[in-house]
Amino acid sequence: MTIHRFVPNSAEKIKDNMLKSLGLTSVEDLFEDIPSSLRIKGGLKIPDAISEIELERKVESKLEKNFSPPEYLNFLGGGAWLHYTPSIVTEIISRNEFYTSYTPYQPEISQGMLQSLFEYQSQICELTGMEVANSSMYDWGTALGEAGRMAFRVTRKRKIVVSRGASPERIAILRTYCYPASIDVKEVDFDPKIGNTDYGSVHSVVDHDSAALYIENPNFLGIIEESVDELSQLCHERNALLIVGVNPSTLGLMRPPGEYGADIVVGDGQPLGLPLNYGGPLIGIFATKKDPVLLRQMPGRLIGQTVSKDNSKQGYTMVLQTREQHIRREQATSNICTNEALLALAVSVYLSSMGPEGMKKLGSLCLANSHYAQKLLSERGMECPYFSGSFFCDLTVKTRLNSQMLPAKLARHKILGGIPLGRFYPDLSNVSLFSFSEVHTPEDVQTLVDALSQIDERE
Amino acid sequence: MKKYHQASWNEPLLIEMSKSGRQAFSLPELKPEVLSAINEDRPENLIPEKMRRKTDLLLPEVSEPEIVRHYVRLSQMNFGIDLGMYPLGSCTMKYNPKVSERIAKNPKFSGLHPYQDEQTVQGILEILYELQSLLCEITGMSAFSLSPAAGAQGEFVGALIIRNFLNDCGYSSKKDEMLVPDSAHGTNPASAAMAGFKVVKIPSSEGGIVTAEAVKKVVSERTAGMMLTVPNTLGIFEREIGEVSCIVHDAGGLMYYDGANMNALLGRVKPGEMGFDIVHLNVHKTFATPHGGGGPGAGPVGVVDKLSEYLPVPVIVRKGGEGYGFDYNRPRSIGRIKSFYGNVGVLLRAYCYILSLGKDGLKTVSEQAVLASNYLLSKLDRRYYSLRYSIDQSRKHEFVVSASPLKRKTGVSAGDISKAILDSGNHSPTVYFPLIVDEALMIEPTETEPVEFLDQYATILNELAETANQSPESILKAPERTSISRLDEYRASHPGSLVLNWRYLLDGAKKKKDDDNKGKRNGSSNSRKHS
Repeated sequence: MTIHRFVPNSAEKIKDNMLKSLGLTSVEDLFEDIPSSLRIKGGLKIPDAISEIELERKVESKLEKNFSPPEYLNFLGGGAWLHYTPSIVTEIISRNEFYTSYTPYQPEISQGMLQSLFEYQSQICELTGMEVANSSMYDWGTALGEAGRMAFRVTRKRKIVVSRGASPERIAILRTYCYPASIDVKEVDFDPKIGNTDYGSVHSVVDHDSAALYIENPNFLGIIEESVDELSQLCHERNALLIVGVNPSTLGLMRPPGEYGADIVVGDGQPLGLPLNYGGPLIGIFATKKDPVLLRQMPGRLIGQTVSKDNSKQGYTMVLQTREQHIRREQATSNICTNEALLALAVSVYLSSMGPEGMKKLGSLCLANSHYAQKLLSERGMECPYFSGSFFCDLTVKTRLNSQMLPAKLARHKILGGIPLGRFYPDLSNVSLFSFSEVHTPEDVQTLVDALSQIDERE
Repeated sequence: MKKYHQASWNEPLLIEMSKSGRQAFSLPELKPEVLSAINEDRPENLIPEKMRRKTDLLLPEVSEPEIVRHYVRLSQMNFGIDLGMYPLGSCTMKYNPKVSERIAKNPKFSGLHPYQDEQTVQGILEILYELQSLLCEITGMSAFSLSPAAGAQGEFVGALIIRNFLNDCGYSSKKDEMLVPDSAHGTNPASAAMAGFKVVKIPSSEGGIVTAEAVKKVVSERTAGMMLTVPNTLGIFEREIGEVSCIVHDAGGLMYYDGANMNALLGRVKPGEMGFDIVHLNVHKTFATPHGGGGPGAGPVGVVDKLSEYLPVPVIVRKGGEGYGFDYNRPRSIGRIKSFYGNVGVLLRAYCYILSLGKDGLKTVSEQAVLASNYLLSKLDRRYYSLRYSIDQSRKHEFVVSASPLKRKTGVSAGDISKAILDSGNHSPTVYFPLIVDEALMIEPTETEPVEFLDQYATILNELAETANQSPESILKAPERTSISRLDEYRASHPGSLVLNWRYLLDGAKKKKDDDNKGKRNGSSNSRKHS
């Protein structure tokens, strides 16, 4: 058997001594209870071990084939957005004490991660205007899936109404989470001109049999929902929960959903300074109200502050674990165990470094850049914005060309973008979604505008 | 015992350090040409008036050095595998290779957006496609989905596949029972329930396994499938697995393999050969990706050929001359389970790990994981730590001892021992699990632990037992060398004293202040007594 650098006892002599101490001659003796019919004959058909040098070269030569910033400008959003990752975020989550630990089952030796997660929960509450946040879900989509199931447990009603302005992928995840519980997901169209959730159509669909209404703000089309107070009132009159999905990077400037009556807020922490990583890992935000019924039905891990038994010190520990699978098994509120703790730490570092002023400025830069692009594109004769509703960082553009053809053409100009909305909405076949953030300079926007108008004119 | 002391900084919350005006952000200024083009000096005015934030955002106002010091101090109050032994049973806390960390930070990966045109991401797609093939070979499955974010989500996916497949077979709602052994991880019954199944518990035998006889007793036409981890959570190989699979299959059910314990079988046994139809792997366990203080992980799911069309969308495929891409057109798929394509950053690390070890290296992993566990077990003092079930048989990658002899003799419990271990600068085992062993200590040393550490860990456990014999009160005081002593867990979860974020503290402080003021206004001098 081979000796390997990660496996200290694979050195022959050490292994032999260990076997001797067990009174064995071969390591195979430890596997004698496995019937030979089940054993692999002739070894796995995978390549032989390679050195670190060879590994790095092999993997990096594959990664070389990818198109990425800084060589390419990125204007893609739609659920994952390009934002700057401050150096301190990378530095802190690379601390071995954090990233090589696990779920803090022994709180006395895990106070660092516990306190960080407590700070994360606090910051998410401040951003969303909610009273309780858990210490993370897998991503926005699965947080929504769990929110749908929670709405059923709280209301015992089996219908969730969603605005079609919400991300189609997230609605798909919601459906996957809901159908085994026989929860019906009903979609309501967005206004084809404004791009927002149409109060009139929601009004007729959210009825007394509805467990919840789900809207995103800003929605997938980039539009800021404005009828939120009316929608909230409607939900609460019919004993349905209001679930709101957010891009938290907008919340330095936008009204937090807790202030318009949201019962559950979901979202993704990725735009808070996390790298894109080809769409994963992300970090699901999940927040609710300090209502005992909601709290009891909440999925995921919660960290609380307490004191040492001798009352001498404050400390942190996992709380309300009787909701969780390792205690409650099939009665648990969710099966989630491993979550995205390290990224919660990253988000917490990010929010601490931004502070209230930084979050405002972040929002201002995103707004300024998206509106700058809108202005320039409309001057060049493109239908931009395609929807008339107010927008934040995501901008809809209609060109003369089928939007599915656009990304390949833009790639020739060293630009990544935009999302072809025709992929999700057949009637929007010429509309694309572009996103803007603090990383874009006026020159970057200009480059995009020039490329787009060149492509548009050639059609 | 080596002297160890964890840092204890009494570190306040960042919000408590906040000083108005301090900042750690560094963002570009708004450019005049942009502002004049959009004709707006204050971009927030572009948000409709009623949708603007009016309340102050309460976040810390701190400078960069303060933040760094805060988190470095917190890191010193946290314990990871890079500091010492972390033998949490069933969690497979093994060393995380640093080369994988470096590769995952390559901007040619970390800068990729999930909605990039397929033609612009051929490199990562090629890697993911190859990883699917490697996982198929390792498990004996014919197709893999990399979407699930963690083992538990993989289980949910697997249970949904079972549900949909059986529906298509025309069994409809009659098949609604999932068999789960009493020794199973908590996620198994939770995932089965989420997918709409009733959970039927199978008692473990005297030998600590699921016997064919026990399965025969509970199997029926209502059996949809069975979820099993092999070796099981006692670290015992399920030697009747062949027959058990046949029984479940004969009843029309499917077999689900919980891959949490795959470290014991790498390169030796493929779950497919044991009769499993669906497999999840915890790549953060088996393939050495970091556990991150609780995540992110990844829980890819593999299936046998007849189930491949049920995998979640999208599936990564090879598209002939066009290279690699996604297939969304899969009418029988259980649907979408995760945003985009899964935890790709974690999967990339797993790919690096598999290539690093190669064919023989993976077999060395299981060999050494099993050797380490049996070696450590052999060093424990059985007068205090007894072994239950099949005591003459070797364990696999982990073992479970009961501290009940110790408790009977000294009053010191498994939980107490787990606290005292922390004082040695090592993490404790999983305690009180599996539920079928009382005073359980579930120990999984992994193959990356040098023998010196195994010896030391055994010595610590044995010495603690001796100490418990002589002066149990010293163990009940433990831990004393961690950043904090034992916590008041009851108070932590009690509705009257629950503190879930800093608002509770600020509101509490405000209420106290208001009460105090009220007291003063009322001329009461003893308001403190009531607060």
